[in-house]
Amino acid sequence: MTGGISYNFAYLDEQSKRSIRRAILKAVAIPGYQVPFPSREMPMPYGWGTGGVQVTASILGPHDVLKVIDQGADDTTNAVSIRQFFARTAGVRTTTDTGAASIIQTRHRLPEAPLAEGQIVVYQVPIPEPLRFLEPRESETRQMHALEDYGLMHVKLYEDIARHGHIATAYAYPVMVEDRYLMDPSPTPKFDNPKMHMSPALQLFGAGREQRIYALPPYTRVVSLDFDDHPFARTRFEKPCALCGARDSYLDEVIIDDAGGRMFVCSDTDYCEGRRAQAAAAGGAP
Amino acid sequence: MLQPAFDDPVRQSQAVFRLALRAMAAPGTIVACEGCPTPPMPLLAPAAALALTLCDFETPVWLDGPLAQNPDVASFLRFHTGARLVPSPAQALFGLVADSARLPALASFAQGTSDYPDRSTTLLVQVERLEARGWRLEGPGLRRLARLWAAPLPAAFVAELGANRAQFPRGVDIFLTTYRSIAALPRSLRVAEAA
Amino acid sequence: MYVAVKGGEAAITAAHELLARERRGDPSLPEISADQIREQLALAVNRVMCEGSLYDGDLAAQAIKQARGDLIEAIFLLRAYRATLPRLGYAAPVDTGAMRLRRRISATYKDLPGGQLLGPTFDYTHRLLDPSPPAAAPAAQRRPAAPAGEPVPQVTQLLDREGLIEANAGADGDGVGDLTRTPLAFPAGRDLRLQALARADEGFLLGLAYSTQRGYGRTHPFAAEIRMGEVEVEFVPEELGFAVPLGQITLTECEMVNQFQGSATQPPQFTRGYGLAFGHAERKAMAMALLDRALRSEELGQERTAPAQDPEFVLAHCDNVQATGFVEHLKLPHYVDFQAELALLRQLRAEWLAARGGDRQAAPASASDGAAQ
Repeated sequence: MTGGISYNFAYLDEQSKRSIRRAILKAVAIPGYQVPFPSREMPMPYGWGTGGVQVTASILGPHDVLKVIDQGADDTTNAVSIRQFFARTAGVRTTTDTGAASIIQTRHRLPEAPLAEGQIVVYQVPIPEPLRFLEPRESETRQMHALEDYGLMHVKLYEDIARHGHIATAYAYPVMVEDRYLMDPSPTPKFDNPKMHMSPALQLFGAGREQRIYALPPYTRVVSLDFDDHPFARTRFEKPCALCGARDSYLDEVIIDDAGGRMFVCSDTDYCEGRRAQAAAAGGAP
Repeated sequence: MLQPAFDDPVRQSQAVFRLALRAMAAPGTIVACEGCPTPPMPLLAPAAALALTLCDFETPVWLDGPLAQNPDVASFLRFHTGARLVPSPAQALFGLVADSARLPALASFAQGTSDYPDRSTTLLVQVERLEARGWRLEGPGLRRLARLWAAPLPAAFVAELGANRAQFPRGVDIFLTTYRSIAALPRSLRVAEAA
Repeated sequence: MYVAVKGGEAAITAAHELLARERRGDPSLPEISADQIREQLALAVNRVMCEGSLYDGDLAAQAIKQARGDLIEAIFLLRAYRATLPRLGYAAPVDTGAMRLRRRISATYKDLPGGQLLGPTFDYTHRLLDPSPPAAAPAAQRRPAAPAGEPVPQVTQLLDREGLIEANAGADGDGVGDLTRTPLAFPAGRDLRLQALARADEGFLLGLAYSTQRGYGRTHPFAAEIRMGEVEVEFVPEELGFAVPLGQITLTECEMVNQFQGSATQPPQFTRGYGLAFGHAERKAMAMALLDRALRSEELGQERTAPAQDPEFVLAHCDNVQATGFVEHLKLPHYVDFQAELALLRQLRAEWLAARGGDRQAAPASASDGAAQ
């Protein structure tokens, strides 16, 4: 099935790209609103980032520089696979350097380095609907968004506080976009939520299996839900990165021996390597 | 005689799309739109390029008087995009307007529904002048106040934009185009007359 | 000294090589051919065509071979391939009434015009696993062509003539929807529901259909007819204005006759359930017909009490390519989110223990919510 078949630039046919491009423009015009789009079967399974891949395939051009990360790292198997996919079907330049990328496709993290105007982040989204686990029916949740009726979510958060003393959501932490739409930021840890607010970059969200695209234009207000007496709090790690010493980045826990010994290292591999390279150039440990 | 469209549709439609995306994501920004085809008059290159990039057999298109009068325009669109032309603005997903002074009321186009606000018309309005001064623009996409002015447009245009914004998330989205540039006014934008 | 793990690319390449070796299996045995699969495992090929939504026995057979016999993996291959094919248009509705029948049975009548034709069926075989090679059929007797005779009308047409069964609603002014062009939205029309059921996972439909027979949304079904054979596919190009035959395909059609229903304006009539599948695929066609009827419960004024009657539940979960993607995606790294959960859990545990005296051992929190931003 692969021999003798030539594929269009970035794999998708032009008609598919057009439907997705139309959906993207509407999404940008209605920040935080989930635009339905006719998702296509891609060569990777639903759940492996087909939504992100379709968005990237529809925006990508020969002059772009593409970075693909998963869990913050360029070298995780699925990030490698997606990067290879675009290198093969679009011949596009790829990079691991966040600053050098014009398009960053990501699963579950935002890069630590601040993004710049002109950059586009494409998030892979499994469940785009922030209310899904409170109300499984799309027919109901679509109406809730139409009526701006988010009582279910507020009740859930309130119950968390009553039961645990905290809002018990660590990732995919719901946000309000421009005071109108409740949005799921994708399963990024809540640590990353503040970066989405008033970002200079354009943020696009693609859910292939669920067939939804949504967007945050640059400089859009994105506010994590909370209560006055339980304000949203940023996660802080107790220790710095064991490799580069960063105190402000999201850390992965790595088990290093059978006794359960562990160390914490930056999830953003490019950020960590960059800091280590800088320190080495400066001639000393961080 | 049928005018040609893009020489390299794959590459050019992608390039035009990125310009449209930049314009919509940074409202009011005037974006140079080059490398466009030579469309049938009175359709100009940037509006034609946007139509070729975004329209197809799934998007009903409405043409205003001057555009509808030249059968070459309809042939051009039908042949190159497969779009179906509709008689009423309310049925259209794309509305092409050459006589911007007589732009129909924004409310006459498809507004979307509260469940599906995305199902509204995108307007491609050809104006004579597009300048970075005048109206005050605020909203998503803008870090600080931006300014834009376009002419000729109906006197009530800014007031209609206000009414469009007041019914957010429903509403129309607008591309303003000249002979060589485009700018966008998404429905999320708040537009006021120059102070 | 911990060194950040690298080598994802090399690992993937090695995995693919290993897969190729496993796929071949024992090299001393003959390699299976796609032709053999197409001919001798035809029912597997039928399922892959049906759920892959692409009628091509050769491609389906190749997919099964490439997928090492995993039918859902093969279905995925076919769907992904289908997505790259240019779309020319829609065929004219096939006339199953004109089918060249190779099998035709009805449970509602002992005998009827056109007769009961058993055809190639497992139905009355004794399921005795038989390791001895089957008697080879004479080469010439490969597939007897159905006698080209008068078309045999469907049983439901006989009932229709007496007004005993509800009429089939024609397509309304909007025409027929296309599930592959527009994302499914609810409430979904019967046209889109049937399309979704046609490509749905056979096992999922089978379980749900079974549930309706055991009381979870009872529909009182009778199999009015199951027919299998060849039909002509035609296309009407706009420029020509007449139908052009494209070829023949094998279909299995099942019409169920269900619980009668009346209203103030309509005398009681039987209601319908419809199933259609590529190739010879009775289980699928029957399960589909049972579910078609169950999903019409609300439309027919019945209370919705069971999962099989819930269109959103059935249709959102019946596509096995979507389902397997999401279930299996749990294998992908999720350690960033897990880390966030770990941190939250450790913090909650520490607080819980502190509130109760704090002299029991707790792992130190690795992270916590700092001061408000």
